[in-house]
Amino acid sequence: MRTPFTLRLFQSMPRGGWIALAIFAVVAWIGVPVAHLALPESHPLHVSAYTVSLLGKILCYMVVAVAMDLIWGYAGILSLGHGLFFALGGYAFGMYLMRQIGRDGSYGADIPDFMVFLDWKELPWYWAGSDSLLWALFLVVALPGLVAFVFGWFAFRSRIKGVYFSIITQALTYAAMLLFFRNETGFGGNNGFTDFKRILGYDITSPGMRVTLFALSAALLIACLVLGRYLVTSRFGRVLAAIRDAESRVMFIGYNPLHYKLFMWTLSAMLCGLAGALYVPQVGIINPSEMSPANSIEIAVWVAVGGRGTLVGAVLGAGIVNLAKSVFTVYLPEYWPFVLGFLFIVVTLYLPDGVVGLWRKLRARRAAAALDDASAAAGAGRAAAIGGTPAEAPVTERQAARSATDTPIAKGANA
Amino acid sequence: MFGPTKRQWCIAAALCVLMGLAALPARAALDPALVQGLGGDFNARVAAIDALGVAGGDEATALLDALEGGRLGTVDGRLVVIAPDGLRDAASGEALAADAGAATRITVNNRLRRAIGTARAALALSSAQPAQRLAAADTLRENASPALLPVLARALAAESDAAVREVLLYATAKLELSSPDPALRLKAAQALGASSDAAVKNLLAALLEKRGEGAAATWVEPDAEVRAAAAASMRAIDRRIGLAQTAGTLFSGLSLGSILLLAALGLAITYGVMGVINMAHGELLMVGAYATFVVQGVFRSHFPAYLDLYVLAAIPAAFLAAALVGIVMERLVLRHLYGRPLESLLATWGLSLVLIQAARVLFGPQNLELANPSWMSGGVELAGGVVLPYNRIVILGFAAFVLVLIWLMMQKTRLGMFVRAVTQNRPMAGCVGVPTARVDTLAFAIGSGVAGLGGLALSQIANVGPAMGTGYIVDAFMVVVLGGVGQLAGAVWAALGLGIVAKFLEGWAGAVVAKILVLVFIIAFIQKRPQGIFALKGRFADS
Repeated sequence: MRTPFTLRLFQSMPRGGWIALAIFAVVAWIGVPVAHLALPESHPLHVSAYTVSLLGKILCYMVVAVAMDLIWGYAGILSLGHGLFFALGGYAFGMYLMRQIGRDGSYGADIPDFMVFLDWKELPWYWAGSDSLLWALFLVVALPGLVAFVFGWFAFRSRIKGVYFSIITQALTYAAMLLFFRNETGFGGNNGFTDFKRILGYDITSPGMRVTLFALSAALLIACLVLGRYLVTSRFGRVLAAIRDAESRVMFIGYNPLHYKLFMWTLSAMLCGLAGALYVPQVGIINPSEMSPANSIEIAVWVAVGGRGTLVGAVLGAGIVNLAKSVFTVYLPEYWPFVLGFLFIVVTLYLPDGVVGLWRKLRARRAAAALDDASAAAGAGRAAAIGGTPAEAPVTERQAARSATDTPIAKGANA
Repeated sequence: MFGPTKRQWCIAAALCVLMGLAALPARAALDPALVQGLGGDFNARVAAIDALGVAGGDEATALLDALEGGRLGTVDGRLVVIAPDGLRDAASGEALAADAGAATRITVNNRLRRAIGTARAALALSSAQPAQRLAAADTLRENASPALLPVLARALAAESDAAVREVLLYATAKLELSSPDPALRLKAAQALGASSDAAVKNLLAALLEKRGEGAAATWVEPDAEVRAAAAASMRAIDRRIGLAQTAGTLFSGLSLGSILLLAALGLAITYGVMGVINMAHGELLMVGAYATFVVQGVFRSHFPAYLDLYVLAAIPAAFLAAALVGIVMERLVLRHLYGRPLESLLATWGLSLVLIQAARVLFGPQNLELANPSWMSGGVELAGGVVLPYNRIVILGFAAFVLVLIWLMMQKTRLGMFVRAVTQNRPMAGCVGVPTARVDTLAFAIGSGVAGLGGLALSQIANVGPAMGTGYIVDAFMVVVLGGVGQLAGAVWAALGLGIVAKFLEGWAGAVVAKILVLVFIIAFIQKRPQGIFALKGRFADS
């Protein structure tokens, strides 16, 4: 009998994971809003507007990291162009936000200020429908999805992979950045979109809206984690991991890797688009520099720092790196590029499985040590009984424990 | 319209006088009648200045100097030069008894000043310096009056410098085009066909326009024959300019291609040997450029006499600096990431961030001042204002030189053979005794060094700053992909082809769209030929 979907969904995560998610949900949906809205500013537990926006921004980055991990950690495809999908989602929602400004722009015109500046009389055709929130939300998902699908279809069909694929995605986002930098493209050129006023008529800078956006970001992250976890533990996820580790063999068995890779690739892009859409109103600006290759490759380092091939690693990595970035850019802006650069090097050289891998290794070592002690005691007893050599048994058992620490998930992701 | 104006008659009259004067072997003094015009009304003054220009000679120059310096005045209608020691007659130079305060100074306004400039240019046409003659001819081209035609003819007969002749011919034809004589106009319209200047074309186009509305409209040029000649000349000019522009685009494509080639050659070696994309490759270009800057600084402070040669001294410096950085990178980082290409990608990106920031901290965030040596400045001018700069030509040659060196290294040396062996099949090469680890290091050093040379070349034509290399890694990789991994010939064809295609597309669709089109083209190309233009022969199973 087939297990019902809800049950499979529930089973895909261990109980600890669900509890952690529940705690996170309570903090994000109740704790932060109360601390921001209800507590007076003098209260020690008050969360400032800056903090809410910063955390909301980081939540969006975490979603991107999860999306990146799904395609890199589980399908072995390193994209250096995920910033493009993030920015496309941001631009799609930004169009709606620009329309919501209405006549409150500095020129008081029906069309956005930058179009007045270009001496345009009416909106270009691709802005049609941008005043509707539903259409904007559709675009947020559909636009990155479509770009990813078309690009992925061509790339995966001709089996472009490895560094080839990575560089071409980088070229893609670079080309898009150049395109969006042009004023004639119709997306505000260099300055992008900014000076947003409201969403659905509500003031975008009000504390209520800020908390709502934060809570939505948290909800998106939770949904991403549940969906991602379900996918990677399903049959689909296992085929995907198999493709990552030995694509040719999977093909010989009779699977078509194109469909698996393409699905995950497109889904990952859509998640990025959603994250971008929530990111833009919280940060208040979107411009083409979001598409710069450096931004996209930074996403990869979040995942690498946290631990590729584990969803929680992606979340942790995005959090750690971005908090560090916030601290450094405030206090030691000169040194941040050094830190980031060395992070790339150190993580790839010494922490191939990231923070999560390190933690697992430490835990396994402790377990192995405990095993050593136990078996040493047992071996001593046995040796005393039989009179044989006590050295052999513990060694093999320790090796068994060590090899168990090399998680299969992160093993061949670099094929 | 083109009939002689009052001013022109004045000049003609003045000229008649001058012709007589010119016949004299030596002029003791200027013709008083001519000089007296300076003291007259405005038009007379301009005419007199023009006549001075035609007359030439030291006295004319001195008089113009005096006029411009405000040292010319009139006393009772007599023109005088106001010298520090008293007044002198402007024409004869004899000292006058009158007090300096008695003279009314002649004020010089802008129009007079322009006339003076033209007259000076006419005088300068007989200068011994070609550069001065060229400048003078340029001035005359813009605002010569018909009065100067004889001067131009005289100068043209004596002129030997081709550039000056061209300008003089143009100035003459321009004046002749407005002459009342149709035969003269026809001659001018035909003569201008030999030009390749867009300004000449505009001049001719003005003849073919109509004045007035509807049926009452009349041709600017009444003579049909002259109009036909003008149209034919315009076509000839168009053809010449079009040709020159195509040649110019081709050249800038080749130039871009040579830069791409220098950037891609090193990458082709390192990627071919190790399968590692060095994302810090662009920063190796930057290291080369900064090394060039340092060498320039050393020359400036220690050997200023040989400053022009600093570029030559920078060749080994740029190579060694970049190679050294490359060796350090390979030994410390890449060595430990063999077989993990994606991680290498990230680690080398980290290296590039560190290198960029290091450059920023050590040299400051601003662009560096690098001067072209004098032998690399200037250029060959083609028709229609298309210039092929010497620095780009030198770089084209330099790229060819580096290519030949690399080719010799790869084909004729033992190291090159090892590199090729490791590129083709690493385990097998190891089995037959190739020291693969050492080959890796050396190949990486050479690849990095070539990137440094690319940076040296780049420093001569582009801005040198900490982030100058970031734009090149994608392009260089595209060249490697397009050409086929480990294929020098492929890299050459791909680099030059990409450069030329990009430049032609740029002219047609703008720089950004061109870039996007090139990327789309490459993605489409890889669909068809994943191995690049020049695939390695043989069977390769992908792992």
